[in-house]
Amino acid sequence: MSNTNERYLLDVEKISIAFGGLKAVDDFSIKIKKNELYGLIGPNGAGKTTVFNLLTGVYHPDTGYIKLDGEDLTGKKTIEINNAGIARTFQNIRLFSNLSVADNVKAALHHKYSYSLLEGILHLGKYGKVEKETEERAYELLKVFELDQYAEYKASQLPYGKQRKLEIARALATDPKLLLLDEPAAGMNPQETKELMDTIRFVRDNFDMTILLIEHDMKLVSGICERLTVLNFGHMLCEGETKTVLNNPEVIKAYLGD
Amino acid sequence: MSSFLSYLISGISLGSVYAIIALGYTMVYGIAKMLNFAHGDVIMVGGYIAFICFTELGVPPVICILAAMIGCLVLGVVIERIAYKPLRGASSLSVLITAIGVSYFLQNSALIIFGADSKTFTSLISIPSISLMGGDVIISGVTIASIIACIVIVAALMAFINKTKAGQAMLAVSEDTGAATLMGIDVNRTIALTFAIGSALAGIAGVLLCSAYPTLSSQTGAMPGIKAFTAAVFGGIGSIPGAMIGGMVMGIVENLSKAYISSQLSDAIVFALLIVILLVRPTGLMGKNIQEKV
Amino acid sequence: MKTGSKTLRSNIITYGLVVVFYIVMQGLYMTDNLSSLMEGLMVPLCYYMILAVSLNLVVGISGELSLGHAGFMCVGAFSSAVFARLVDEKIPGMAEIIIAILIGAAFAAIFGFLIGIPVLRLKGDYLAIVTLAFGEIIKNLINAVYLGVDANGLHVSLKDTKSLNLLEDGDIIIKGAQGIGKLPRNATFTIGIILLLITLFIVINLVNSRQGRAIMSIRDNRIAAESIGLSVSKYKLTAFVISAALAGVAGVLYSHNLANLQATSKNFGYNQSIMILVFVVLGGIGNIRGSMIAAVILTILPEKLRFLNDYRMLIYAIVLIAMMILNSAPKVVAWRKVMAEKYFPHKGKINEPGEA
Repeated sequence: MSNTNERYLLDVEKISIAFGGLKAVDDFSIKIKKNELYGLIGPNGAGKTTVFNLLTGVYHPDTGYIKLDGEDLTGKKTIEINNAGIARTFQNIRLFSNLSVADNVKAALHHKYSYSLLEGILHLGKYGKVEKETEERAYELLKVFELDQYAEYKASQLPYGKQRKLEIARALATDPKLLLLDEPAAGMNPQETKELMDTIRFVRDNFDMTILLIEHDMKLVSGICERLTVLNFGHMLCEGETKTVLNNPEVIKAYLGD
Repeated sequence: MSSFLSYLISGISLGSVYAIIALGYTMVYGIAKMLNFAHGDVIMVGGYIAFICFTELGVPPVICILAAMIGCLVLGVVIERIAYKPLRGASSLSVLITAIGVSYFLQNSALIIFGADSKTFTSLISIPSISLMGGDVIISGVTIASIIACIVIVAALMAFINKTKAGQAMLAVSEDTGAATLMGIDVNRTIALTFAIGSALAGIAGVLLCSAYPTLSSQTGAMPGIKAFTAAVFGGIGSIPGAMIGGMVMGIVENLSKAYISSQLSDAIVFALLIVILLVRPTGLMGKNIQEKV
Repeated sequence: MKTGSKTLRSNIITYGLVVVFYIVMQGLYMTDNLSSLMEGLMVPLCYYMILAVSLNLVVGISGELSLGHAGFMCVGAFSSAVFARLVDEKIPGMAEIIIAILIGAAFAAIFGFLIGIPVLRLKGDYLAIVTLAFGEIIKNLINAVYLGVDANGLHVSLKDTKSLNLLEDGDIIIKGAQGIGKLPRNATFTIGIILLLITLFIVINLVNSRQGRAIMSIRDNRIAAESIGLSVSKYKLTAFVISAALAGVAGVLYSHNLANLQATSKNFGYNQSIMILVFVVLGGIGNIRGSMIAAVILTILPEKLRFLNDYRMLIYAIVLIAMMILNSAPKVVAWRKVMAEKYFPHKGKINEPGEA
């Protein structure tokens, strides 16, 4: 039994959380294989973002477990979970708005490119070398998202679509095994969404990334996700291959209402 | 034992005054989400109004107290209108600095008008004192007045907030200003009303404070203001019962430590207590815990 | 508006301003062109600038409201003054002040650490009130302490000088509310400027390091910062402790500029903390150079306005309120934006291709 679970990068079994008696997420399980592009869909208020918050340690599940690459992350703090290899973006964009675009990415490179506080204050020792490497790596990442030309601008000055891209770049900078994207296409026009789909595919292929995304845009979901889980009122409605799931009458009913 | 009782009772008396001041802080914070640093100085103005009415004009005490209340009420509303209202929606730091500016303004105006020498305040309270335990413990008239005033005010405020439309509007604004606006509540008027009530209470507190500690100067309100603010935070800022409990605890602890530990260190002990409470309950004794939505 | 490329030039301007300030003041002083008032302000200007820059690290860079900065200054002042009295001119003045600075900074840092660990869990206004409480506690404690030294070592009491039980040759160092007397007064303008430059060096370098980025990331968005693995408490504490240590340095400068050191509500009370906060806010939150300039103007101005007597602080209060409203009232800010758009169109925003 445990052997079959080893195949999954993310192994979540029956996690639940209640807020004041209301079960926001109930017995949620998800198994994602390495390099998979997986979608989590469902109507508004179904508990999708709560699942992300559970996976990233913002909330701790009342029951069940969360394993990444065999490592048990249940009950761990956000920081520990990020260090273990889960990075995310947010539904309502959360950039470091007063920092430059480049610094947003550099902040996420904090642990990978390191020197001591004393070296940081005196600008001596490893400071120069490491800062140069940090800068190079940050620009590399920005280039992927075609943001390098805006590197010196404040993050808040970027237009909306580019802010979403910057959030993905920042999450990738922590070198995660699993990337969680919370409604990456929200507020984008069809052209931007199409570009975004290409970017997500590119990230998966070139960074050898496993991606779990929440999305309402069915074009994006059916266009790039290989498998889906549908959430409704905190419960799992169904899961499986994208095509099968989207043709499931129950899913259609949940979306369109009775 | 009897001396302990005396200290305890005068502690409750001081605590009642702190509680009345703390109510002003807590209501304004709950509704306008700002630290009104000038609140303590409104107390001082209340003291001066009562002083002029009583000592210089010879007006009966009840009228003096009313004059102090009305004077402070008007002052509070004017301050809100001129200094704070334009800054609604600005960062809390800018509002804080503005409040500090208002505080300086009031203190220095008083300094110019009344001079640097402190005035001796004649107590306005003519309630006879009660003697207990065969004369070992004497409860002064001011003490009785302070305690009764505090209880009446807290009860009246709770009733006002829970039973009246204006009170419900206050509650709504403190919960969610945006939603209150959508429901047709006039937020500006509600905030002005809050300042009016809080400042009128400061007027009463001024009279009580100066009756108990009869020196009046431009600095009179500063330290009690800070301590009452501490009491409001201690009790859980935004909570009316919290302000009362906080004020009481502050007053009692301050008086007992003055009596039994060190008068030099009593303020330090009071502030240390605040820190300890906030570490155990980060939003005060009766404060609500708000979690940021992710 | 680009950020990074201008940083270096901006820093050079900041250091340059300090050097020019030094040369001008020192020149005026040497040629006897400085009024006695300004002469007396030379060292205070230095410590006020250090205080403003260091508080900006907490308020501007780390985004936490502290109203207890004067408390750390007090710790630095008293720890270094006790040291000065203990060595009692047995070592040369220059060596004394250098060691005193290290001691003041270390003590203030320790206090910053001890108060910071529990307190930084609190947010916003709660943090403000607790730091205020801390400052008052320090001031009160020092006013209650008696400290003496004799052949047996140090003696401490919270009661009076008698209960120190000193030997006959004993020396009372801290005399309760009377504070510490017979101090060396060996602080100079040059030392003050050097300390200011060191403060600037530390703060500016920190801002441009990975630790500084972490501190500012946490300020801008705590939840996002945690999501990329940054420890909120660690970096908030880092900023707080460094800021406290630098305030301690300002305290050393303060105590070494006086013959008698006392802790009053005027020099170490919450009003002083607020005054430093006003420097930071009026100078522009997060703007290091601005807070220095504000510190200089707001220190000199009230002194120059002494002829107004009692009206001086009243005017100061009105100016403060007016400045805040003109600076931050949403309506005024919106009007300024409209005006800026009218005269300097399309500055700052990146236009989408195809968007006019």
